[in-house]
Amino acid sequence: MLKYILIPLLPFTGFLIAGLFGKYLKERAATVAVAGVFGSFVFAVSAFIDVLGGTIIDENLYSWIAIGSLNINVGFQIDQLTAVMLMVVTTLSTLIHIYSIGYMHGDKGFARFFAYLELFTFFMLVLVMANNFLLMFVGWEGVGLCSYLLIGFWYEKKSASDAGIKAFVVNRVGDFGFVLGMMLIFVTFGTLDFTDVFMAASAAAGQNVDLFGIEMGIITLICLLLFVGATGKSAQLPLYVWLPDAMEGPTPVSALIHAATMVTAGVFMVARCAPLFSLSHTAMIVVAVTGAVTAFFAATIGLVQNDIKRVIAYSTISQLGYMFLGLGVGAFAAGIFHLTTHAFFKGLLFLASGSVIHALSGEQDMRKMGSLKSKIKVTYAVFVIGSLALAGIFPFAGFFSKDEILWSVYGSNKLLWVVGVIGALMTAFYSFRLIYLTFYGKSRMDHDVEHHVHESPKIMTVPLMILAFFSLTVGLIGIPGAIISHANLFAEFLAPVFPPAHHGGEESRLLEIGLMVFSVMVAAIGIRIAYTLYVKIPAIPDQVADKFKGLYNLLLNKYKVDEVYNYIFVDGLVHKLAKFLHTVGDVKIIDGFINWSAAAIGRTSEQGRKLQTGFVQEYAFTMGLGFVVLMGLYYVLK
Amino acid sequence: MLELIPNQLGFPLLSLLIFVPVIGAVVLLAVRDARAARWIALVFSVLELGLCAPLLSNFDSSLAHMQFGESMPWISAWNIHYKLGVDGISILFVALTALLTVISIMVSWTAITDRVREFMVALLFLEAAMVGVFAALDLFLFYIFWEAMLIPMYLLIGVWGGPNRLYAAVKFFLYTLFGSVLMLVAILAVYFTAGGTFDVLSLMNHKFGHTFQMWAFAAFFAAFAVKVPMFPFHTWLPDAHVEAPTAGSIILAGILIKMGAYGFLRFSLPFFPDATMAYTPAIMVLSVIAVIYGAYMAFAQTDFKKLIAYSSVSHMGFITLGIFSMNSQGLEGGILQMINHGVSTGALFLGVGVIYERTHTRVIADYGGLASKVPVYAAFLMIITLSSIGLPGTNGFIGEFAILLGAFQYKAVYAVIASLGIILGAGYMLWLYQRVIFGTVTNPHNEHLKDMNLREIVAALPLVVLVFYIGLYPNAAFQVIHASADNLIKHVHAKAQVLPAAAQAVSTLVGN
Repeated sequence: MLKYILIPLLPFTGFLIAGLFGKYLKERAATVAVAGVFGSFVFAVSAFIDVLGGTIIDENLYSWIAIGSLNINVGFQIDQLTAVMLMVVTTLSTLIHIYSIGYMHGDKGFARFFAYLELFTFFMLVLVMANNFLLMFVGWEGVGLCSYLLIGFWYEKKSASDAGIKAFVVNRVGDFGFVLGMMLIFVTFGTLDFTDVFMAASAAAGQNVDLFGIEMGIITLICLLLFVGATGKSAQLPLYVWLPDAMEGPTPVSALIHAATMVTAGVFMVARCAPLFSLSHTAMIVVAVTGAVTAFFAATIGLVQNDIKRVIAYSTISQLGYMFLGLGVGAFAAGIFHLTTHAFFKGLLFLASGSVIHALSGEQDMRKMGSLKSKIKVTYAVFVIGSLALAGIFPFAGFFSKDEILWSVYGSNKLLWVVGVIGALMTAFYSFRLIYLTFYGKSRMDHDVEHHVHESPKIMTVPLMILAFFSLTVGLIGIPGAIISHANLFAEFLAPVFPPAHHGGEESRLLEIGLMVFSVMVAAIGIRIAYTLYVKIPAIPDQVADKFKGLYNLLLNKYKVDEVYNYIFVDGLVHKLAKFLHTVGDVKIIDGFINWSAAAIGRTSEQGRKLQTGFVQEYAFTMGLGFVVLMGLYYVLK
Repeated sequence: MLELIPNQLGFPLLSLLIFVPVIGAVVLLAVRDARAARWIALVFSVLELGLCAPLLSNFDSSLAHMQFGESMPWISAWNIHYKLGVDGISILFVALTALLTVISIMVSWTAITDRVREFMVALLFLEAAMVGVFAALDLFLFYIFWEAMLIPMYLLIGVWGGPNRLYAAVKFFLYTLFGSVLMLVAILAVYFTAGGTFDVLSLMNHKFGHTFQMWAFAAFFAAFAVKVPMFPFHTWLPDAHVEAPTAGSIILAGILIKMGAYGFLRFSLPFFPDATMAYTPAIMVLSVIAVIYGAYMAFAQTDFKKLIAYSSVSHMGFITLGIFSMNSQGLEGGILQMINHGVSTGALFLGVGVIYERTHTRVIADYGGLASKVPVYAAFLMIITLSSIGLPGTNGFIGEFAILLGAFQYKAVYAVIASLGIILGAGYMLWLYQRVIFGTVTNPHNEHLKDMNLREIVAALPLVVLVFYIGLYPNAAFQVIHASADNLIKHVHAKAQVLPAAAQAVSTLVGN
């Protein structure tokens, strides 16, 4: 058990050392940090091998919260799903830690950066290893905290700390659903342990609850509430708004947290709860439709963005949508497969864009790039590999995972499939629009910037090359049965944790291969269009933008969602209303009443004081009068 | 039925806990030097804290009974006893009182320069009275301590407070006095109705008539609701906090406002179970309003302390929500959250005090960019902010989650609405943190701020440790609370004539 506990504990130790002694360690903090995550990686590999050998770990460390019938442990579970996540998280985390040594070199917050990164890794590992909902929630909120801290890492920039707060608060909106979901689980099943809840799930499938007059299956309600949490963390409609802003953080953060690991937590959570979700047809439809719509919606925005990181950010939202689309049609393994491949190629794309930004002294606007192909060769090469993987070109990683999702969607709902395919077309287009704008054509760089262009140091390019290698090969662990029978090792490995997906039989093999060819063609068309527009005849995009000005501006301005958000939350509708309520509620009404009554007592006693004249005759008269009145009352009331 | 287990330590521990600060105060009267006064006060408060060690280690948490019992006749003519004892509900507050007093003295070290001796005397008297409130098992004795707290607190605000201190002090005094007077009437009514006894334990077993319960509960409620403070009796709190010196705010937020919730637990619920059941729906609604309203009001504040005061209103709303859910999770969560709130809000006011002493401003807009100037302070404030917004791993999460779970079982809709308060909480606290710590220094006065010194770090450290200790191992506290909380729930349900509403709510929710 100890070696499994060390998986999260080593990064935590690294956090403590780098956090407490960062002032003295300075850039040596990175050594400590890398040692922490690498150690974690080694133990994760060992755990993975154990699971491969058939060992499933589920052990409680100690009783955490025990009140009445509520009994929650701090306990870890390593099954096939967790094992996959462990590999993804520790591999990416280690590579990105190493990359950051070069990227963050010279930053005055160097040690703090590594401390946060370590803390993030710790919480992410807690999230995937937890054996109950509440401990998972600890990791869930913990990664959110680190995301907040790292987005606002350059805290002197107001936009950065604003983005951090936005991320945290929007996630809290999602967590609102998560927490209520947990409570409903506890009330329904009397426990929050995964194993116990999932075992009892089918028995509760028939129960209904009355939700403000609407009769609803209790499992459906639980799933929908949990899914609200997932949409927050995994940036799905309508809670995606924080992710594009999260790009204010240093680029390695975007790669690790906002592409490869944390944002996939929602996908992981839904997959973890597959035994619950698969019992609710309604919930599954909601998941699938949300995923498909988000995939489409975010891709449209990605088409026209000019900031290199924003394109990749919207692409991330879109790809997360594909994962949910897969989960929603019951292809849980395919969703997790896409999570895995995406972690590698999207982590690669972000780090590579970081390398571009690094080379251009901080420039992120693609309109001020161009012609970088020959100047930063390694970055260019890995960028192309990552983009091919994202576009879904055979045999790059994204091809296998995305195709498996689309194939399952095809068998389940043709309309969603069409949405998915159009999304794939856009994906190929915007990924290569990025490539062409950045690396091809004429240089549009500022003179000073151009003068300083340089390839990144080895400490950054080596992790890039490793990730490129994975982006090329990791798909091969999930070769569809239609191509080679029983070669989908990934799906077979995960089979024990998921309900069986309903695939077509042997006769559909030709169809499946046909669809694969079709979707590669779609991707190729997307790339070809990008080539025509941005390399061959670069005048076209402006003409198109001019012609469809309304639509273009709508997309460029991201459907104006941020404007509405800013109007309500930042520019102060909320604050103004609070001030107004404070003045009316507390100051005018409550304190007004208090002060009024105090004053009234004062006035009354003022009147009373006038009675104290000091003349004995008046007192005697009043006494007599009182006596008469009292006697009169006595006789009247008797 | 609760019993009083006599103290078997060989020395009257609870009496010592009450009188050590009094002795300290008397000793202080003999010195003139401010420096000596500080040290004497510190020594006595540390001694008091030390006395909590035998208190906690000899407490038998398996029993719901009152322990370390002391009893002797005091005013025999009226059957008044000097009777002390603590159970799982009160014991942790005695310890918290002792801890926060030490911290208060430490943070006043250089902040209070005027009439230091008198200040320390007031603080020690206050401590004695607070311990007395938690330990008293005779209603009359309780009332004496209850009123005795009022005077030193009034002085702390009125003498050592800010520019508008008189208004705040009088407001505080009148508000609480108003409640206390009604409570005194109710105490006397209880005394005569129950056949001439002030004994809390026997009153718990006395069955009061329904109508009497309704009136008496309302009168006690006036005192406790003001103290908590529950919406709409809360407006004295922001004013009092703003004007109070740091030590006053720490004690006020950490202990004094807990007295209201403690009063519900010790008297209102066990004495008047029928009335409790009858009033519960209304109190739950007021609690939920406090959660949301207090949080929302915090958004409107431009004053550092006022913001935290309003956050207290919101957090106290959670606490009453939990208590009146009347199930294990809600009640124990509520009690734990009282401790948690004392720890984290005490720490927040400590944080304000540290920075106020350097800058003499509480206006949030005067800050900004402190992260680069005072990194230790920034880290401390971050930890406390996280505790305040209930991040998992900190104490605040445990309390809030248990309370919400309890409220959910009472009636799901209350938990749903109260959960929104958690979102608001993250909003106003992180926004506060951003305005104080992040950004660049805009106020030239803050250019040369000094970071927390050793004394301040030592004062803050126990609170930081508690934030994580309770967050990671809350069972340490729950184990102390369990038996008494269980007993209270059983007692109320058994004594009440109506069906527990909680049970009904669960069955409608689950749908059978």
